[in-house]
Amino acid sequence: MLAIENYLIVSAILFAIGTIGVLTKRNAIVIFMCIEMMLNAVNLTFIAFSRHLGNIDGQIFVFFVMTVAAAEAAVGLALMIAFFKNRESIDVEDVNLLKL
Amino acid sequence: MESIFFLVVAAVAVISSILVVTCKNPINSALSLVMTFFCLATFYVMLDAPFMAATQVIVYAGAIMVLIIFVIMLLNVRVETVKRGTHAVVAGSAIGLFVLFQTVWFLMKGSMTGKVGDMTKEQIVSVGHVELIGKALFTDFLLPFEVTSVLLLAAIVGAVILAKKKI
Repeated sequence: MLAIENYLIVSAILFAIGTIGVLTKRNAIVIFMCIEMMLNAVNLTFIAFSRHLGNIDGQIFVFFVMTVAAAEAAVGLALMIAFFKNRESIDVEDVNLLKL
Repeated sequence: MESIFFLVVAAVAVISSILVVTCKNPINSALSLVMTFFCLATFYVMLDAPFMAATQVIVYAGAIMVLIIFVIMLLNVRVETVKRGTHAVVAGSAIGLFVLFQTVWFLMKGSMTGKVGDMTKEQIVSVGHVELIGKALFTDFLLPFEVTSVLLLAAIVGAVILAKKKI
């Protein structure tokens, strides 16, 4: 098995790219995909540490993260459809009803 | 041999994740994201977690990405025409690079310690990964497992209510 640092660096790079995507994109669905990518980067960290320490708990945590991501996908995409019905757009700049 | 394979998979993962952010068309972003998920599944196999790799492919690359692509096609999202101002892009990239710097710094500084368990490669091969996960899930983590089912029920109800005609 390779050293754990390799996996952690890949995970850090993926997380940073996901952060850049969340902060710079306008399309809500692309932002959503970047969030999924960040969740996956964290999952990789969990599994790398789980293997490194010989402790199965990290992989159980990944299991729960996947479940929450699936629930989040269902509700988040339903929210986007509801928003699109009202505004004819999924640009995050149009989510401004609370703005003064 | 393993390190060369790791480098190739890592390069594909990073390049496809950069494509997710840079592609103009959301469908291209979604397909690049599927590529990233497959690379991560490969990493899970390399880390002796075959069940997690299978779950990654089935849940992420299968269910979630199909849902996302379905919504993209349903809403007929056009290619991004109005560009965000360069200030926002520069600021976002700076924050992202700061996050990268911070994580790598902690990686170099910290030590990889934690609660050591008794899972070994021989055990994974002889007992089986699925059995290990199942044992932990239904003994130590039974309550979180049951709470997850409530979460999924809430997600079902929420999605149905949000997708109704009149909201």
